[in-house]
Amino acid sequence: MRRIGIDVGGTNTDAVLLDGTTVVRAVKTPTTADVTTGITTALRELLTPTQPSHPGPAPPAAAAIMIGTTHFTNAVVQRRDLTRVAAIRIGLPASASLPPFVDWPEDLAALVRGEVFMVEGGHEYDGRPIVPLDERAVRDAARRLRAAGLTSAAVASVFSPLNAECEERAAAILREECPDVAVTLSHQLGRIGLLERENAALLNAALVDLARRTTRAFTEALRASGLTAPLYLTQNDGTVMLAATAEAFPVYGFASGPTNSMRGAAFLSGLADAIVIDVGGTTTDIGSLRHGFPREANSVVEVGGVRTLFRMPDLLSLGLGGGSLVHGDPPAVGPRSVGYRLVNEGRVFGGATLTATDVAVAAGLVDLGDRRRVADLPGDLVKAALARMHATIEEGVDRMKTDAREEPLIAVGGGCFLVPERLAGVSEVVHVPHQAVANAVGAAIAQVSGEVDQIFQNLSRDEALAQGRRIAEQRAVAAGATAASLSVVESEDLPLAYLPGNSLRVRVRVVGDL
Amino acid sequence: MPSLRPVSAEEIESLAIGAWILGTGGGGSPYLALLNMRALYREGAVVSLMDPMDLADDDHVAVVSNMGAPLVGQERLTDPRTIARAVTMMEDYLGRQFRAIMSLEIGGGNAIQPFMAAALLDRPVVDADCMGRAFPEAQMTSFAIHDLPMFPLTLVDVRDNAIVVARAASWKWMERLSRTACVAVGSIAATCKAPRTGKEVKECAILYSTSKAIRIGRTVQAARRAHRDPIEALVEAEHGQMLFTGKIGDVARRATEGFLRGTAKVDGLGEFRGHRFELAFQNEFAVGWLDGVPRVTTPDLICVLDSVSGDAIGTETLRYGQRVSVIALPAPPVLLTPKGLEHVGPRAFGYDLEFTSVFA
Repeated sequence: MRRIGIDVGGTNTDAVLLDGTTVVRAVKTPTTADVTTGITTALRELLTPTQPSHPGPAPPAAAAIMIGTTHFTNAVVQRRDLTRVAAIRIGLPASASLPPFVDWPEDLAALVRGEVFMVEGGHEYDGRPIVPLDERAVRDAARRLRAAGLTSAAVASVFSPLNAECEERAAAILREECPDVAVTLSHQLGRIGLLERENAALLNAALVDLARRTTRAFTEALRASGLTAPLYLTQNDGTVMLAATAEAFPVYGFASGPTNSMRGAAFLSGLADAIVIDVGGTTTDIGSLRHGFPREANSVVEVGGVRTLFRMPDLLSLGLGGGSLVHGDPPAVGPRSVGYRLVNEGRVFGGATLTATDVAVAAGLVDLGDRRRVADLPGDLVKAALARMHATIEEGVDRMKTDAREEPLIAVGGGCFLVPERLAGVSEVVHVPHQAVANAVGAAIAQVSGEVDQIFQNLSRDEALAQGRRIAEQRAVAAGATAASLSVVESEDLPLAYLPGNSLRVRVRVVGDL
Repeated sequence: MPSLRPVSAEEIESLAIGAWILGTGGGGSPYLALLNMRALYREGAVVSLMDPMDLADDDHVAVVSNMGAPLVGQERLTDPRTIARAVTMMEDYLGRQFRAIMSLEIGGGNAIQPFMAAALLDRPVVDADCMGRAFPEAQMTSFAIHDLPMFPLTLVDVRDNAIVVARAASWKWMERLSRTACVAVGSIAATCKAPRTGKEVKECAILYSTSKAIRIGRTVQAARRAHRDPIEALVEAEHGQMLFTGKIGDVARRATEGFLRGTAKVDGLGEFRGHRFELAFQNEFAVGWLDGVPRVTTPDLICVLDSVSGDAIGTETLRYGQRVSVIALPAPPVLLTPKGLEHVGPRAFGYDLEFTSVFA
């Protein structure tokens, strides 16, 4: 089966055409400001035969297109393109001393925190209200957030995963008072743990505008390229979701870039256990590969310094990439990056901004653009900037190692020339074919999932879990998975003491090959 | 003059890590209490730690804890004003002031509850508790083992509900009465337990457990910084035992009578591959079986830790796929006496098992 995997990074848009397990073709083009043009260009290069006059049957059309993007994570890490949000916490008099944003890094909170409302309501663990929902306070909050010009709101209510009534009611009031405001409800994103679930909702709310724009750009690009295969967006766990569903939940795609890159690295290297370093244009991600899958963070995962409860690869993200700005004396590198503008603004490409790539070209590590344009760089500066980057990378790799023994390091990504060949604690630096497009490969091999999150009554726990599993499997098959390839990746149950008939909330997630 | 030692903000961070490990899966994650302490310290609060031997025999000490299911705490969060209200309510009831505040249990968030109350009420925290870990029920304390009186008790919730249990016929009755009140207000409440004299604390409390929790936290932090295995460092420093390493395969939980009960299965990895460890919990881990054979039981401390970071994992945050290490830490000697085992041995949790310490 033929599949197209596309990775839209901050700097480059990569695309691969995969036929079974063979990379038929791979291209790398700059990401464009409108996103669409970059994808269209990549697809045109990917799908144009190398020898146009070559006779023979036309290759079969791709059966699916998978796009992974680091757009949303980059927005949080770089603190840009974020929408200011209104936080509505329903739970007073509980939770008062720890308001929304309480454990956010101050700089990010300053960008995202619009208005914070704490109102009475929420539920007990057994489904009774703590106190009745203060609808007037919600209505008042809705009017005030509209007056403040806010366009996105996150609502989190105490025990909403067990009883979403308060959040649903608040959403209805928001729709009445300010119909244009995008509303993220915490129970759609997370589970028990008010702060972490609320954080996920706040991040999602800060990203919905960007997600909507980005997904539309993807769809537009496919249409312009004449592709009709279904479009999927890749998720944190290495699976895909139909684009139309995915756009309301950008946080589900948070870690998809690195997940794809690590799964791609495993696929391309044939190594199942290694450290993977993916150097992009803006950021560097370091993770640990165990049995072909990224090692997952155990429970709490920080995204841009914010605690969440997503299942995500355990990753260290550094603000270092090929487009990172080199500035100051002694030279500092990043975290600001010219991103996709590297090919215009980088010195070797005729621009005026000194970037990590320019330093690497000056040092002879890579041949890009016009190296005469960096001939005037003082040798001391080049040496100092390189030493700075190497120290950053070495420290990062060391932090992600959990074992004192030396391990192989797979270096992938467009900026992997920044990785030195020798590092402390690393047995060898492994380079793989198509390394520069590892994440597009990872996207192309992504699996599909089926999920159920439902309350079962009058069944034993085993029966309820089995039934949940059957439904999840049916959904995965409906989404395109082959039945034989299905496996359970998540299975969780929560007793609901307040409902009659021995109620159990069951959440099961299965994945399978497309 | 008693020697009071100011506790630094860094020590509060270490305390949170150490207390969570001593929580043996229960006591609730100290994270929310820690967030409150960070906020209080940012506003200028500094809490002092008091050597219990500096208490005068007739000093009065408040014993505080947040009571209930940890799962509820994760949703309702925690507020310093609630625990402080439980203390002032007891003072109003008794008509006299407390010299200092101590923790009921050093395991989990309750290690930090006295600090929250102390910051608001400007009193020192006594370096002691009466469990040396966390336990689910009121009679599972060194004070109960020493037959000290168990009343009165004050209990407050986040609304304006407050209860005084003026008398109780036994520890079991105190547990029953306060637990019923706790369930009625949503399975979480701040409590101030029976007040103690300085003499009682010196003779019957588990002494220096606050500094022990801080020390454990420091050990883990130091190992992480040095890229050493934090679990190995902890087992070595605290004379513990490594019991099992693996991946969580299945977790079953049910919330009953205000407790979180359940079981978790761990599939072995590394040297334990092919073996299975099963854990039973009632808020805290109570028993562990290796391949169906009892391997460890309460009151030995059964700690389930993230295999990489060494952070404790609570019974309410256990999840499929987590890589965990199960270790045992020694219990305070008072819990190992015949009287102690009556209160906190496996039979007290409904398991018909003889207690044999893994350290015996």
